[in-house]
Amino acid sequence: MGNYILMMVTAIFANNILLIRFLGNCPFVGVSTSLDSAIGMSGAALFVNVLSSCITWMLYSFVLVPLELEYLKTVVFILVIASLVQLVEIILQKTAPALYRSLGIYLPLITTNCMIFGVAVLNVQQKHTFMQTLVYSIATAIGFDLALLILAGIRERFSLGRIPPLFQGFPVALITAGLMGLCFFGFVGLGQ
Amino acid sequence: MSPIITAMLVMACLGLVMSLFLGIAAKIFYVYVDPRVEEISDILPGANCGGCGYAGCSDYAEAIVKGEAPPNKCVAGGENVIEAVCAIMGVKATLEERKVTKIFCRGDNEKARRDFKYLGAEDCYAAILLTGGDKSCKYGCVGLGSCVKACPFGGITMGENGLPVINEDMCTGCGSCVEACPRNIPKLVPVSQKVAALCCSLDTGKMVKSVCSVGCIGCGICQKKCPEGAITMVDSLPRIDVKKCTGCLECVEKCPTKAMACLFPGVKTEAEDKQEKEAADAA
Repeated sequence: MGNYILMMVTAIFANNILLIRFLGNCPFVGVSTSLDSAIGMSGAALFVNVLSSCITWMLYSFVLVPLELEYLKTVVFILVIASLVQLVEIILQKTAPALYRSLGIYLPLITTNCMIFGVAVLNVQQKHTFMQTLVYSIATAIGFDLALLILAGIRERFSLGRIPPLFQGFPVALITAGLMGLCFFGFVGLGQ
Repeated sequence: MSPIITAMLVMACLGLVMSLFLGIAAKIFYVYVDPRVEEISDILPGANCGGCGYAGCSDYAEAIVKGEAPPNKCVAGGENVIEAVCAIMGVKATLEERKVTKIFCRGDNEKARRDFKYLGAEDCYAAILLTGGDKSCKYGCVGLGSCVKACPFGGITMGENGLPVINEDMCTGCGSCVEACPRNIPKLVPVSQKVAALCCSLDTGKMVKSVCSVGCIGCGICQKKCPEGAITMVDSLPRIDVKKCTGCLECVEKCPTKAMACLFPGVKTEAEDKQEKEAADAA
């Protein structure tokens, strides 16, 4: 149990997927303009990350390893993630239209999110067990959501601030993201 | 079996299984969408301005097809869009008169008095929290551009004199700025309306005069002078009956503070003409 908690703290703070590992940075800058869309993206990312990590882990352990086809993991994982997102979208549209609409464009966007693929690969690289995979994928997604929501909250305040024209929009967002990265760097060493 | 063949087989099987799953799911979880919804969504401008009263263009398209909304509510699209939508729905297009936004305040940096210099957050709501903004007039435009940010079409710019300027060619009359303004300074008026009192102040005449040189003091001269009887005073501000107004500009000429203004930039009153001529002669 203690190991899992340690793993979660490390994945959320010390090895934050966005700010320390630099995976999945496109939505970090793209979707953080407002808190509403950031919340939608967070939910979708958590959902898809956990689901795809579990399925890719099973596929890797039960299909690719016995057949000695580990080198195919990149292609297989991408295929699985893409069809999984598609499947989830189809099911959600019918069963939970409200959730489908609130996730909106972010669900298909996640197909190409580096974090989803990165976590799937990290799981097999670090030889996680299934439980570890589950915990690790939840923790990385929480870390992703945390950083995304913090940046979105800060950026919402920018709309009221007197920012020099030169820095308005993306420049100030990138500077903020950089400073946030420095802050999170302070967590390094926490879990070791 | 050679590794290449195994790899090919595995990938083929995986692809087959995935596509099978997707195919079955698509059949089981099929949702019927009226094709007209998509057609109408394509025609609508896609600005999601909310001028029709729905959250976005696709919401409005759905409401039209369901019969919940009339097909002529898209103010942003204008005549062509409304006609196209009506054609899809198979009804005759009935057009309402186009409306444009006007700024109902003329108290710019020179004409309106200020109590203090405001250096806070660039937002009208934020400024109003601070003793009602920097202007002495508590009904006037704060001039920090909440409407400029709200306009989905980029039709409003902040003028040099501290009042927003509306580009009427770009204004679709969606009303986003009307909602964004904490003081209801932008108002929608029919394009044919010729005159309006560009002031929102409900203060007494004396009070208005002390804070702004172009505010409406509620004297009612326009009401008396209007030959058509098109003006009535409501809450110390003149209301213009568009149907009765002939555009004689008598009210504009007789207004002691020049709060009453002609809404067409090209047309001038005799007094203004005279002034300009004198200025030209002097030069």
